[in-house]
Amino acid sequence: MEIKDTAVAGTLESSDIQIMISKAADGIQIDLQSDVEKQFGDQIRQVITTTLNNLGINAAKVKAVDKGALDCVIKARTIAAAQRASQTTDQPAWEVL
Amino acid sequence: MKNSVNRDLPEDVMKDLNYQPFESTEIGHPEIQRVAPKVHVSTGDDKVVTSIKQVIKDTLKDGMTISFHHHFRNGDFVFNMVMREIIDAGYKDLTLAPSSLTGVMNDLVIEAIKAGTITHITSSGMRGSLGDFVSHGGLKNPVIFRSHGNRARAIEHGDIKIDVAFLGVPNADALGNANGMEGDAVFGSLGYALMDAQYADKVVLLTDNIVSYPNTPASIKQTQVDYVVKVDKVGDPDKIGSGATRFTKDPKELKIAATVNDVIVNSPYFKDGFSFQTGSGGAALAVTRYLRQSMIDNQIKASFALGGITKPTTDLLKEGLVDKVMDVQDFDKGAADSMHTSANQQEIDASWYADPDNKGAMVDQLDVVILSALEIDTKFNVNVMSGSDGVIRGAIGGHQDAATAKLTIISAPLVRGRIATIVPDVTTVVTPGDSVDVLVTEYGIAINPKRKDLQKALGNLPGVPVYKIEDLQKLAEQKVGKPKPLEFTDRTVAMIEYRDGSIIDTIKEVKD
Repeated sequence: MEIKDTAVAGTLESSDIQIMISKAADGIQIDLQSDVEKQFGDQIRQVITTTLNNLGINAAKVKAVDKGALDCVIKARTIAAAQRASQTTDQPAWEVL
Repeated sequence: MKNSVNRDLPEDVMKDLNYQPFESTEIGHPEIQRVAPKVHVSTGDDKVVTSIKQVIKDTLKDGMTISFHHHFRNGDFVFNMVMREIIDAGYKDLTLAPSSLTGVMNDLVIEAIKAGTITHITSSGMRGSLGDFVSHGGLKNPVIFRSHGNRARAIEHGDIKIDVAFLGVPNADALGNANGMEGDAVFGSLGYALMDAQYADKVVLLTDNIVSYPNTPASIKQTQVDYVVKVDKVGDPDKIGSGATRFTKDPKELKIAATVNDVIVNSPYFKDGFSFQTGSGGAALAVTRYLRQSMIDNQIKASFALGGITKPTTDLLKEGLVDKVMDVQDFDKGAADSMHTSANQQEIDASWYADPDNKGAMVDQLDVVILSALEIDTKFNVNVMSGSDGVIRGAIGGHQDAATAKLTIISAPLVRGRIATIVPDVTTVVTPGDSVDVLVTEYGIAINPKRKDLQKALGNLPGVPVYKIEDLQKLAEQKVGKPKPLEFTDRTVAMIEYRDGSIIDTIKEVKD
């Protein structure tokens, strides 16, 4: 999957995470803001990176604003943002779910 | 050095401040010598003045202890008015000993610490920017946190020796007779301030409403007051308390409240003449509503409701479901107004309410209390002081005091966002697990294994699953994951006293 566009998924409601994905030359760069950065920052970055890798994305700029989302939510918002950014929403990547 | 809740206490700080480690919730029957204030004799004809600056100049010296009350909460104008003058006059090395610190005071406290005006603080709690400042090492000497009952004890013992008390009141006569019930900025009970009025060497009242002499009912009496300062406005009535108390619609809170009610009704304490205390949170207010219905259905009346009072509680008084309301502070305008109109709503001071070193305090007679928690651990220890990031953001309030009730219920959701409420070990122990009996969550309850009687009484309630607290903790961890442990430096920024004055835990400077 290739990032073609900038796209966003998720809200700033509590227990949600808003993820914005845009193009990058190489590597996955994550800019994370989180109320639980101290306790869960590393884990949130890990979930985002793994989810993107599973979609075959190895280069992306990610801006994430977390309001205490659980891992399942982070994963879902990452997939949604990535599919929108790669213009593949008409073909959901079921296998990564 | 470890105390009986297994907290490592810093030996150097313990020794410097002459503290004993916490051992037990039992107070026993020691003999106590109380202290008495100095009295500057006067006929009282010259108490009214208009210059705060002059009063400060006449009463305050470097190194003294000053106090305030927090009954105006976030509508307080008095604290900032007085602190501004004290900072500007260049005072140094003062101890700040208010009943608690509210958010509206934060900026000036931080300014006063930076200026060297305030070097020591004792309080029930602190929040926001001040909690952050202290947790990051902004104050050299550790803050001493005390419960409301323990503050009363410490004042009576002389552990807190108040030199000058600056007390805002919505009315006073020229001699200093005052109450919290009439005027623009009313807050009802003066419960916490009554300690300062009784024990401070110099008592300075500040009011925007000087009324004709003699002013009754007099909660603070002319025999205690040195100065009456006329000011423009003591507070903003809209910010003193929440307006009309809103009944929560949050299904999680309602589920918890309904379960708390089930626990109370099926406990051995729910009988005619029982007594209870609830807090001011959403779930606590909902409990009062469920409890009301259960009392009507079972034809049971309460002998008294205690502590911080809200309108749903004074409504029970009006309905005749509660005989007396014993009122140390009012959380909303409805409760404050009710104190004015109902003879059965008695104003009580913090000592009467909760001081352990007493000839009997109200909390000693309390049957049921519902309290909240930021965290509770598998030993039932409760934290209401430090947030999930380790930063100070709470207050002991009456938590330790009321937890001595016969049935202490902690109501808390299993998780808040991504933060587990039930944890293997709380960040800061405030209330020891020994005084906690039942934990109520939206998933079910956990009963302290020490309470075999409650295990039996509450073990088989329909719709109320009973868990081991360890299992609730695991359930929470399954949902949110395992957090990375918080990092602290070795520096102690706060001491948490138990209500008997021993040390139950300390708070360290956060590393980040």
